Amino acid sequence: MSALGHDLTHDHAHDHHHKETFITKYIFSTDHKMIAKQFLITGVIMGVIGIVMSLLFRIQIAWPEESFRIFSWLLGDEFAPGGVMRNDIYLALVTIHGTIMVFFVLTAGLSGTFSNLLIPLQLGARDMASGFINMLSYWIFFISCVIMLSSLFVESGPASAGWTIYPPLSAVPEAIPGSGTGMTLWLISMALFIAQSLMGSLNYVVTILNLRTKGMTMTRMPLTIWALFVTAIVGIVSFPVLLSAALLLIMDRSFGTSFFLSDIYIAGEVLHYQGGSPVLFEHLFWFLGHPEVYLVILPAMGITSEVISANARKPIFGYRAMITSLLAIAFLSTIVWGHHMFVSGMNPFLGSVFTFTTLLIAIPSAVKAFNYITTLWKGNLQMNTSMLFSIGFVSTFIAGGLTGIILGDSTLDINVHDTYFVVAHFHLVMGISALYGMFAGIYHWYPKMFGRMMNKNLGYIHFWVTAVCAYGVFLPMHFIGMAGLPRRYYTNSAFPMFDDMVDVNIIITMFALVGASFQILFLWNFFYSMFYGKKAPQNPWRATTLEWTTPVEHIHGNWPGEIPEVHRWPYDYSKPGYEEDFVPQTTPLREGEKDGGHH
Amino acid sequence: MTGLLTIVIVALLGIAIWQLTKIFDLTQSKYQPGQEYLSEVATDKDNNINGYLMFGFLAFIYILTIYCCVKWGYMPLLSDSASEHGKDVDTLMWITLGVIFFVQTVTQFLLHYFAFAYRGNKGRKAVFYADNDKLEFIWTIIPVIVLSGLILYGLWVWNGIMNYDEEEEVLYVEVYAKQFGWDFRYGGDDNVLGKANVRFIEGINVVGVDMSDPNAQDDVMSKELRLPVGKKVVMKMRSQDVLHSAYFPHFRAQMNTVPGMVTQFIMTPSVTTAEMRERENIVDKVNKINDVRQKRSKELALKGEEALAPYAFDYVLLCNKICGRSHYNMQAKVIVETPEEFESWLKEQPRLGKQVADEKAPEAAPEVEIEVLTPDTEIVVDSTAIVAQIIK
Repeated sequence: MSALGHDLTHDHAHDHHHKETFITKYIFSTDHKMIAKQFLITGVIMGVIGIVMSLLFRIQIAWPEESFRIFSWLLGDEFAPGGVMRNDIYLALVTIHGTIMVFFVLTAGLSGTFSNLLIPLQLGARDMASGFINMLSYWIFFISCVIMLSSLFVESGPASAGWTIYPPLSAVPEAIPGSGTGMTLWLISMALFIAQSLMGSLNYVVTILNLRTKGMTMTRMPLTIWALFVTAIVGIVSFPVLLSAALLLIMDRSFGTSFFLSDIYIAGEVLHYQGGSPVLFEHLFWFLGHPEVYLVILPAMGITSEVISANARKPIFGYRAMITSLLAIAFLSTIVWGHHMFVSGMNPFLGSVFTFTTLLIAIPSAVKAFNYITTLWKGNLQMNTSMLFSIGFVSTFIAGGLTGIILGDSTLDINVHDTYFVVAHFHLVMGISALYGMFAGIYHWYPKMFGRMMNKNLGYIHFWVTAVCAYGVFLPMHFIGMAGLPRRYYTNSAFPMFDDMVDVNIIITMFALVGASFQILFLWNFFYSMFYGKKAPQNPWRATTLEWTTPVEHIHGNWPGEIPEVHRWPYDYSKPGYEEDFVPQTTPLREGEKDGGHH
Repeated sequence: MTGLLTIVIVALLGIAIWQLTKIFDLTQSKYQPGQEYLSEVATDKDNNINGYLMFGFLAFIYILTIYCCVKWGYMPLLSDSASEHGKDVDTLMWITLGVIFFVQTVTQFLLHYFAFAYRGNKGRKAVFYADNDKLEFIWTIIPVIVLSGLILYGLWVWNGIMNYDEEEEVLYVEVYAKQFGWDFRYGGDDNVLGKANVRFIEGINVVGVDMSDPNAQDDVMSKELRLPVGKKVVMKMRSQDVLHSAYFPHFRAQMNTVPGMVTQFIMTPSVTTAEMRERENIVDKVNKINDVRQKRSKELALKGEEALAPYAFDYVLLCNKICGRSHYNMQAKVIVETPEEFESWLKEQPRLGKQVADEKAPEAAPEVEIEVLTPDTEIVVDSTAIVAQIIK
């Protein structure tokens, strides 16, 4: 550790002799703070695209097969002839919305941003272990974004087999037009995405293990770092499996192998595939796919733990229990993937095993929820926007998590599998929750990233409208799911049994439209404050962690001079015996003072 | 024109937000130089307002939940199950829902109430309270106990659904999926399904039955799934092209159909279609749906379009795995009837062996009138026996 740290200090001194150009500073930067901003802004742009897509298909499902100008504008005459959305384009939008939101926004945009920003700053490191690999990771991410977006302009349409791309639908272009070039681009984009994710994750793990400043033991790390650390490990364990699945699918599609395909008769002829199994693909996909939802939610948990503690002016309740439950969730997340496959045709005995492991996850999750709530108890809550989003996170995490008890139970899953009930569940528990975590992080660390404050009142409006609309969209959605309505239907009008549910769909779409349009307020606040926001001081939220000891102006190497030494855990808020209601980690312990929540 | 209007609206919106920002700025110019950032940090007034809003938000969640329950609370997935195992599934579902509603109500209350009650105040200091092993033990062990109960009950029901006694007398039916429709095959007189593979698909033999298999000769094809009430049915499922999922919501039954593999689901229908149509809940639901359809028909009539047909209750089979462009309309009717009705229906159906033979060599049996089988055609019965004899 010390050797590496020393080298970096040396590099840092050396760097000052170089003149930074626009390109090395803003484009091919190896500085973790700049890379964090690059990830964030790319993530925000992808988020806008993903959300606009969801609005388009929400409009279609609320007023099926009607003609809308906006379809003609955004989709063109090819995909929406006469302003009526084509049915395979509906599926394409659903697919790309899922892919973009899960991977590009909530994985890269969330953990990419905050891992890069916070790991060196909160640990007291000059930079990531490898600045170059870090830069490479961003640029590969950028290329994968470009390829994914370019697939929207392919004549046969983008990938349309759902974000889970189950073969044979995703493998055989005769099955759906989007499985032609669109799917090829999807697979290439995802392969690159996985490569960048692995580079990033390895970098994070190495940095956390080796570059902590003096006194920063593992048990003095802020929960954000713990969460990002566990996230990176889960990513390293599970992403390679998706890469292999994607490569095997490419082989099946383009080189005539039969890993996932067998006995297929389509468009009047029998295809040559023999002996493969789509169920194998499902296993490989969900071996990543399930941990993936934790890759999304764990960083949000880390961020909100930090934000809630700082704004409640109170130590996080059960620091060690929070870490233990993070580790338990991470471990369990790798052995529960089968709960997506209860009705896939796999052995029912496996179904029993996966039911058991899945419901176990509820235990550490419950511990986390109770610890959050207890942290609020007898606090002195400062209602900054980041705090509101963190409380919102706990609320949606509970509401969404609870319905997981139904879906994780093989018996009950038989009936609600792949209905809107599932859509409501995962949007609340990982979509909205992770998004709230991301917003909390942005509002909280904006002064650190851009040296300016975001507007408070715009933030309040943004939160309250978003919170109302999020429940307005996803709470009623449980009920159409319970009525047996399958997801990914272009219109529900083909089944008269769902006709009494038409009004629910309209209400949901209304909430979605209002909620999404208020995100403009956030975008405005985000970009406007970058240039015209109030100048931020060094520690605007009066927080204890190390990142608030760095100068407001970003410099290479983070701290001018020596890296500060850490003497205590990160949650000494309102500690008895101190006048201020926070004690920075750099303050030495007094004689006889105990560290880590004891007093 | 619309384009221009949109640009104007967007521009106005931009100006509005800009003005909003300016107003916020002006109202907050009371801070010392160097301390202007404090205008963007929550004050006691903000804490107050947002604290009350948190409490209001709690009310919003409760009211929305209650509204949804009242308005859309009758859920066919929760009541009036039409299969024997469905009752157990429903009981488990109600218990689980009870637990969920209870926990949701209590925890959301605590969360939002604490956010309201402990809203920040300059004069107060938070309590330094970082750990309590006993509390943490309690809220680890309570979920453990509750979940153990749910898991055990769930697994007991699951094993009951998924397994069956091979000795038992059951009805075998093949459920066959393809883009975008369903076919059903019965074992016929011997209740044994002939072997099949998509490589045998030809003409009338749409599901690829191996006609060299003696068991296949008396197989019966159908476009509707007809089932006798009270008899255990083993559904053997196949797919011809991509993944589909055979979803029978009323029967609490679902299984994916996988190309290259046979999957199965076992159930015993417990209520006939006729009986279900008379259930009070179903009558209410059908009336509600017909009201909606009538309203819609009136709108359509104004546009000069055809009115919607009135809805009568039927069990349905839906596709529930994304399978292509017409995924949303891949359905089949399921009819549950008395065993007598079912037997006589099955007896009347033409046998596949004869149908294939007819199609292949019409000249070999010139005395028989040839009828091309389409889903809606009534079948001419007499010829079946004759041809069956010829084949023998």
